[in-house]
Amino acid sequence: MIRFEPRTNPPAIMVYGVPVMAAIIAILLAAIPLALAGAPIIKAYGLMISGAFGSMFSISEMLTRATPLILTGLAAAIAFRAKLWNIGAEGQLYMGAMAAVAIGSGVIDGPSYIMIPVVLIAGALAGAVMLIGPTLLKTRLGVDEVVTTLLLNFIVILFVQMMLEGALKDPMSMGWPQSEPVIDSAVLPPLIERMRVHLGLVIALICAVALAIFVKRTVWGFEIRAVGENAAAAKFSGISVTKTMVLVAMLSGGLAGLAGVSEVAGTRGYLATDLSPGYGYAGIVVAMLARLSPIGVIISALFVASVFVGADSMSRAIGVSSYLADLIVAMALLCVLIGGFLTRFKVHFERQKSAG
Amino acid sequence: MSSAANPSLETSPQLLLQLAAITKKFGPLIANDAIDLDVHKGEIVALLGENGAGKTTLMNILFGHYVADGGTVMVAGADGILAPLEPGAPQAALDAGIGMVHQHFTLAENLSGLDNIVLGTEPIFRLRRDRTGARAKLTKLMAGSGLNVDLDQPVHKLTVGEKQRVEILKALYRDARLLVLDEPTAVLTPQEADSLFATLRQLAATGLSVIIIAHKLAEVLAVSHRIAVLRGGKKVGEMATDQADRRSIAELMVGRDVPVSRRSERVPGKPVIGLRDVTIDRGDARRSLHGVNLMAREGEILGIAGVSGNGQAALAQLIAGLDQPDVGSVEIFGEKVTKFDAHQFAQNGIARIPEDRHHDGMVGSMTVAENIAIEDVRSRDYQKFGFLDFEAIRKRAEHAIVDYDVRCPGPDAPARLLSGGNIQKLILARVLEKSPKLILANQPSRGLDVGAQSEVHRRLLEARECGAAVVLISEDLDELLTLSDQIAVIHAGHVSAAIAAHDINRSELGLMMAGQKKGDTDFGPDNFESSTKPREKADENAPRSGDPA
Repeated sequence: MIRFEPRTNPPAIMVYGVPVMAAIIAILLAAIPLALAGAPIIKAYGLMISGAFGSMFSISEMLTRATPLILTGLAAAIAFRAKLWNIGAEGQLYMGAMAAVAIGSGVIDGPSYIMIPVVLIAGALAGAVMLIGPTLLKTRLGVDEVVTTLLLNFIVILFVQMMLEGALKDPMSMGWPQSEPVIDSAVLPPLIERMRVHLGLVIALICAVALAIFVKRTVWGFEIRAVGENAAAAKFSGISVTKTMVLVAMLSGGLAGLAGVSEVAGTRGYLATDLSPGYGYAGIVVAMLARLSPIGVIISALFVASVFVGADSMSRAIGVSSYLADLIVAMALLCVLIGGFLTRFKVHFERQKSAG
Repeated sequence: MSSAANPSLETSPQLLLQLAAITKKFGPLIANDAIDLDVHKGEIVALLGENGAGKTTLMNILFGHYVADGGTVMVAGADGILAPLEPGAPQAALDAGIGMVHQHFTLAENLSGLDNIVLGTEPIFRLRRDRTGARAKLTKLMAGSGLNVDLDQPVHKLTVGEKQRVEILKALYRDARLLVLDEPTAVLTPQEADSLFATLRQLAATGLSVIIIAHKLAEVLAVSHRIAVLRGGKKVGEMATDQADRRSIAELMVGRDVPVSRRSERVPGKPVIGLRDVTIDRGDARRSLHGVNLMAREGEILGIAGVSGNGQAALAQLIAGLDQPDVGSVEIFGEKVTKFDAHQFAQNGIARIPEDRHHDGMVGSMTVAENIAIEDVRSRDYQKFGFLDFEAIRKRAEHAIVDYDVRCPGPDAPARLLSGGNIQKLILARVLEKSPKLILANQPSRGLDVGAQSEVHRRLLEARECGAAVVLISEDLDELLTLSDQIAVIHAGHVSAAIAAHDINRSELGLMMAGQKKGDTDFGPDNFESSTKPREKADENAPRSGDPA
């Protein structure tokens, strides 16, 4: 028989070691599907590593992929901290991207040091606005935000499609549903010449550090933590749960919106409905792997991005489906969840006596 | 109440349960240290001890929720021969005839009493439900024990006392030979408690053995045959009830002298809080008030007596600034309150001690220091430009830990590590530090051990000495009678006129708590200058009349 006893104070090595172990175990477990697919396992791992870290180009690709994941990961982390289950980062990302192209594709023009902040703010606001509605519905009427934010994703994507077929459509696109390109002064410049990694990465890193300080050291962060951990006690002590939730919604939606801006103005250059291969949803995984720690989000986003980029390149080289990357990430998440359980509970195995 | 009729222990000392040298460790903590306990057939044993003394651990071992690190549990079979009970198997305990009534009932509220009792004893798949056999058995049980309940009513319509009877019947229906009751009187009126005790006596006379887990001495003296006292995981004393005396048991439990709270005479000052015709209708009796008038003055403790769930929650929410009246007005510090806001209330010097200290009183994952400062983090003292001043927060916590004797690893330890008594001390440190003029104390000592309880009482009396008005909502009559200057009774959202505490007759108070209409209102002069409306009118609407005691 297996029995679980709660631990009062889990040791630090478990708290920090479990996500790392989970990642390693998940990668090792990937050997099973690789073997089933008949691939040379050692070679496949080698190709994955060189695909993500083997050259300047592959590192740049990996960092490019990590940029939106850091931002959507932060969006999920701050929301989940306050127990606001924002599943709508995907939609908020698209709204942010759309706001960025709406303003950044020629309506106004100016020097980069004005245009870049303007598109960033526009995108963040658009993302933030998307989450305020579901949040107020939750705090005022008790409507489940998992449902509202999730469903809003589909509404937003259809809306973006509509705009790309209409008002925002690029007349020069030969009929493709895509927006006009972001003008040069609003483009997030690449960090390294002839590489794709761009200023968005720096913005994402700044956001992570700022969010960590905000949560830990400010009054608002204090209130967010209190509301997230025990809303009843927070309310009793005089903290306004609704105001705190709206603040969290602005931060979370804003960060997801920034991810959209970063993709559209940094990586892609124009908006299309295939802008994000599910970065909003992947952000949830990133945040969970990081145990909702903003600094941890950087590390877990780098991990997830390198798994994706590495598996992509490996699959091209030896002909294994690149869905392997999804598999590894999913297994890492499962391992973290199991690890989290083991951190909180001590497991005792006892031999079952024969029933009398 | 002291001299309990001794059961015929001498003539038929048939042993039913024998716990021998039970030991259980949780890490460095020894929760049970070689505890021996015997229970005979037809005997009522009271297991006394402060919180954390190991009572619950011991019972959890008996029930197979925990496996003891050492010692044996022996239960007599039908033939009277002791056999070891399989450890770690709740089903084995049930099969051996051990039944437990938890403090928090484990009933499905939407099912009838009968369904609840039968639940789990029937096969899962069956085409037709046949309850005639069950009903007949229960009718017989009820006739034999006096535990009368309408079995067809859904449980949520039953009173707390009736729910408890359903729980006991549930155990008896499963042919329990040993009944364990965890704090059975915590939710009952004095009359209901007396009726429960009479029932237990009757059941014991028919051969049922009973273990009562308790920390209220008076009750234990009234009902039990034998008392076992636990302290710090050890059994520190065991005696026949008729040879026990109150004071020595209290000292055994605590391990030191218990300071007795004494109230000094004091002339109350100006009104601090006054409610006028306050009505709050939230569609739920627990959260509604009907035309309530009350007033507390400087240096006065106003006790609010009542059985749980009669509108205390609504009254507490109102005074805590978390809810506002639909009709009527509230005056605090001589001004009519226009904005009911918990933050404002706290900043204006209203100390609020929540009823459920775990749920409303602290954020478990945050540190002790953060929990102490939680009401004040927005004030200048604890933040600069929005950034928390950890130094100031920590300093305050360090003082509070010393002044209020909060036992914790330190100001940076997460608050969830604290025991109930220490959480309450933490809350006291949070709210009393600012010398409040009004204190809302909602069940301030419920579930606390004797030591922490007397600390809470001392603090409240000290605040009263300093001129604070205290609204003390409590279900513990002893607490109300020791502390209060005035006592009002709340029932079904109606609050009676306050009565001077020394004029109060205990049983009369019990009847009022049960909703008995006070026919000839002779309980002292109405001491509300503000309102002279007769309050009996309100009582006419009171539903259910008192419990048939």
